Amino acid sequence: MTRSHYQNALDALEKEILKMGSLVEEQISLSVTSLAKQDSKLAQKVIDQDDIIDVLELEIEEQILKLIATQQPMAKDLRRIAAGFKIITDLERIGDNAVDIAKTTLRIGNEPLIKPLIDIPRMAEIAQNMLKEALDSYINEDIELAQSLAAKDDIVDGLHAQIIRELLTYMLENPKNIKQGTQLMFVSRYLERIADHTTNLGENVIYLVTAERQDLNE
Amino acid sequence: MEKVIQVNDVKAWYGSLQTLKGISLEISKNRVTAIIGPSGCGKSTFIRCLNRMHEVVPGAKVEGKILINKTDIYSTQVDPVEIRRRIGMVFQKPNPFPTMTIYNNVASGLKLNGVNNKKVLGEAVEKSLRRAALWDEVKDRLNHSGMSLSGGQQQRLCIARALAVEPDILLMDEPASALDPISTLRIEELVQELKQQYTIVIVTHNMQQAARISDYTAFFLNGEIIEYDITENIFTKPKDKRTEDYITGRFG
Repeated sequence: MTRSHYQNALDALEKEILKMGSLVEEQISLSVTSLAKQDSKLAQKVIDQDDIIDVLELEIEEQILKLIATQQPMAKDLRRIAAGFKIITDLERIGDNAVDIAKTTLRIGNEPLIKPLIDIPRMAEIAQNMLKEALDSYINEDIELAQSLAAKDDIVDGLHAQIIRELLTYMLENPKNIKQGTQLMFVSRYLERIADHTTNLGENVIYLVTAERQDLNE
Repeated sequence: MEKVIQVNDVKAWYGSLQTLKGISLEISKNRVTAIIGPSGCGKSTFIRCLNRMHEVVPGAKVEGKILINKTDIYSTQVDPVEIRRRIGMVFQKPNPFPTMTIYNNVASGLKLNGVNNKKVLGEAVEKSLRRAALWDEVKDRLNHSGMSLSGGQQQRLCIARALAVEPDILLMDEPASALDPISTLRIEELVQELKQQYTIVIVTHNMQQAARISDYTAFFLNGEIIEYDITENIFTKPKDKRTEDYITGRFG
């Protein structure tokens, strides 16, 4: 290895991206827990923690710009850095979606839930796991794992459709359910978006490893 | 895409040392083709074979076939001097003729070819200096010595000198490596301009330069061609691990 300083910088970049990723992963789980348990304090924590993620994104962005300016990365290094640039954008958006869910928790407050939340936590668990797998596939350059996200995204999309249908029946039954029903529909939509972002991560991993473009969210 | 240069299994030696071990590639008309590779990989030897300059070194030998515009340049009927007129060359260090004026540096090739008409020479000098993007800087001092110019200007003077004899192909062996960054950029801009009219083969140590200015890139290693592709592919998705290692600086 002839460029040890450069290699160290690349390794450090990967580490920071992982750090950002695991923080975001935690945010998904905390936000949905806050919703299910109607825990406003936890929701506030999610909102506050988002600032850390935003700062981290800017720091990583600077690291990347510095690497491009000073090291002129080429070939796979270039693809790794380009993928990193896109990955942090998706991670930041996922973080924002978690904040959106936490804000829903605050909006609903203490009013009784119109139905026990079953599918939403399930969806959150799958989406969170997809994020974890996307990050694993990035670190291990595991294309198969990245590709497997497409099928999981289909499951999430199916759950989303099912949740919308179910909430519609609650709202049709009783117009008083419309306010909270709409909020929960948004939550389902946020989770569906999170899963989409993880497929973007997977696409970037595939590009990084193979230099080929592949759509995981058809 | 018309192929101006067709190289087939070219081998070259300096005495007993073989520097090219069977190079085959085709070079497209009006495109810039960069040859990259570590020192001693044979890239300079290669472009010197393209205008029969390799053989002028004592003990040097070339085998294989090189067709330029379908003509075998190593055929016995071909005059190497005529080949070198059609294929201009620019070297690493600017080498204007030290005792000549700017004007005569550019006109020298035509004079050697028997052109004596002052009007014809004057027009050719202006045209060549304009093409080399040097005219505006030297038009008021054409009778000054070529050595009075800066390094970057001298290199453009050498390019003008090469262009004056109306070659089809321009070979450039590290044309900017002895220049400062601004002069380097001017040469790079110039290469982009010149490819409208000429086919350019450029040897460079500077990979960023190859990435910026060339349409095709060939990676040479130990006298062999490892990978040859459009430049974008070489620098974003090389197929061979050795190319990857070289361009990412992990060589050795």
